Amino acid sequence: MVTGKGGVGKTTVAAALALALASKGDRVLLVEVEGRQGLAQLFELEPLPYAEMRLGDTDADLRLLAVDPEEALLEYLDLFYKMGRAGRALRRLGAIDFATTVAPGLRDILLTGKVKEVTTRTDESGRRRYRAVVLDAPPTGRIGRFLNVTHEAARLAKLGPIKSQSEGVAALLRSPITSVHLVTLLEEMPVQETVDAMTELTALHIPIGKIIINGARPPLLTTRVTQAELKKGLVAAGLPADREILNGLQAEANDHLARQAVEEQLRAELHRLGRPVVELPLLSDGVDLSGLHRLAAILAG
Amino acid sequence: MPGNQVPGDHVPGNHDDRFDVDAVLGDAGVRIVVCCGSGGVGKTTTAAALALRAAEVHGRNTVVLTIDPARRLAQSLGLNELDNVPRQVKDTTLHAMQLDMKRTFDDVVLTHTAPERAKEIFANPFYQAMSTTFSGTQEYMAMEKLGQLRASDEWDLIVVDTPPSRSALDFLDAPARLGRFLDGRMLRLLLAPARAGGRSVFNLVTASFGAFSKAVQKILGAQLLTDLSGFVAALDSMFGGFRERAELTYRVLQDPQTAFVLVAAPEPDAVREAAYFAERLWAERMPLAGLVLNRMHFSGVPTLSAPQSTEAAKILAESHPVAAQVLRVHELLMRQVSREAEVASHFTDRFLQVPVARVPAQPTDVHDLAGLRTIGLALAIRD
Repeated sequence: MVTGKGGVGKTTVAAALALALASKGDRVLLVEVEGRQGLAQLFELEPLPYAEMRLGDTDADLRLLAVDPEEALLEYLDLFYKMGRAGRALRRLGAIDFATTVAPGLRDILLTGKVKEVTTRTDESGRRRYRAVVLDAPPTGRIGRFLNVTHEAARLAKLGPIKSQSEGVAALLRSPITSVHLVTLLEEMPVQETVDAMTELTALHIPIGKIIINGARPPLLTTRVTQAELKKGLVAAGLPADREILNGLQAEANDHLARQAVEEQLRAELHRLGRPVVELPLLSDGVDLSGLHRLAAILAG
Repeated sequence: MPGNQVPGDHVPGNHDDRFDVDAVLGDAGVRIVVCCGSGGVGKTTTAAALALRAAEVHGRNTVVLTIDPARRLAQSLGLNELDNVPRQVKDTTLHAMQLDMKRTFDDVVLTHTAPERAKEIFANPFYQAMSTTFSGTQEYMAMEKLGQLRASDEWDLIVVDTPPSRSALDFLDAPARLGRFLDGRMLRLLLAPARAGGRSVFNLVTASFGAFSKAVQKILGAQLLTDLSGFVAALDSMFGGFRERAELTYRVLQDPQTAFVLVAAPEPDAVREAAYFAERLWAERMPLAGLVLNRMHFSGVPTLSAPQSTEAAKILAESHPVAAQVLRVHELLMRQVSREAEVASHFTDRFLQVPVARVPAQPTDVHDLAGLRTIGLALAIRD
């Protein structure tokens, strides 16, 4: 599971992690559940259907799946109650929308239930169909509620299939099979949310994996610069070195140093959380497949 | 007046593409400013900065309604107490409040039902779940609170932050969704046995609905259905009220007294979301006043290009290492500036009429009043 504050690059990191896991020739499934079609956008594909699709343009056996709660409910009904035709009729009535919104938490139970199904699916010889399943999970603000399925289910149903279903999911989420990775930037709010999510997930007994710093930049400056020093350099390089340019460059250097100092503090705070920390560089040319492979190589370590 | 039919048209003082924030905040006809945009773009900070500026610079009696502020920003706005009413922010004339979703829902129930009935509703496990976790409740309650604040006519200006939704559009859609749900045929069918008092309404029920009811029972258990039925019966008296209020708020949002401010960061996702939103506001005939691009980078030395800097840094690496480092910093900054301009152009090229305010990235996060004043000033600067 890959989570993090909105905007930190969760989807990118989830994709890179899936590529890393698939790099040894294993079959890996990358799943999204937020209905954002983030995977399709990332890989520049048409919107994904509710089916496991193999990603082209790469040797890795990576498959993509966008889970839709409505489809998941229909599939669930069909699987357990053989409700094929009736299910379709329900959809016409808007009943599916109703059922997935009427019961808060049912939606998350269906989504995590689908993740459990693909994770535990086996082939004829009893081997796991996927070596690993990577979930581009909801952001840190909602991750606790999303993963705390039994709690939500208990509010809804004291007995019945939904209860046993959610208990199965909860057991899987708390087992060593699961690992929740927290993605952050070296910025104050994402780091704060990472710290908060650690606390929340720990209380829920859900195993936490790595802390992944995305968009990390190497420190460029080792010291403050004087205008005299700067002027000598610019002149030596044959560049103009008037007062305005010197002021401007010095201000940029000072801002950079201030930023570096803040990042250093935040980095230290993340290391204090006691989980392994991985840093992924900023992909300055945007995120494409080759960029993802670069990140994957770092994650494969 | 920023109310308009064409995005960005008739914005006061809008003779170029610069968003004249002060003209909007100082316009006595503008009573509501709605800040919207995707998560993580600085929406809450922008809302707070605009509100503080309206109060302090324009002397307007202003309240800011925040949804989910970062802890330290909440502290600096004095939002430690969650009592769901506006409180004056220390050392300012601004008032602020943080939305308490459950309490707002409870208040709606209390205003629409007899105390006995309300007690029943509050005790229903279904209500408890829905008032805290229904996926549209927060959006609905934000609009409800906005409606209440506006109806009180106590404020010159209400600045509202929108919930951190999956999609920036959720807050426009969720009230309608919740309204449909509470008002829906489906619920009425479920409600039928509880309401009919023995007289069966089930002759109206289709075969599919029978299957649905059975399916719900199978999945959720019969107890849930009983709870749900009780909940719906208890809420029955409020159906009309819900719909009416949602519609009223919706109309206020279309009125020229409202100014929508889109907030984005110069990142592809945020800008794409802002573009969807601009189109949606246009389709809903809601007045879009301008776009705020947060966290923009600027260089004080725009004449020195990135390639020039790279080249010079290479030459100086051995002889003048510190100057070379500074040139590397400048090179990266110039690249970032042009990348951001490129990303922003996806919006600005498409919505030529929407004026834009560009706010420089702050070296550290904003979480005090001084920081908010700085942002407010940056929003207002138009050169």
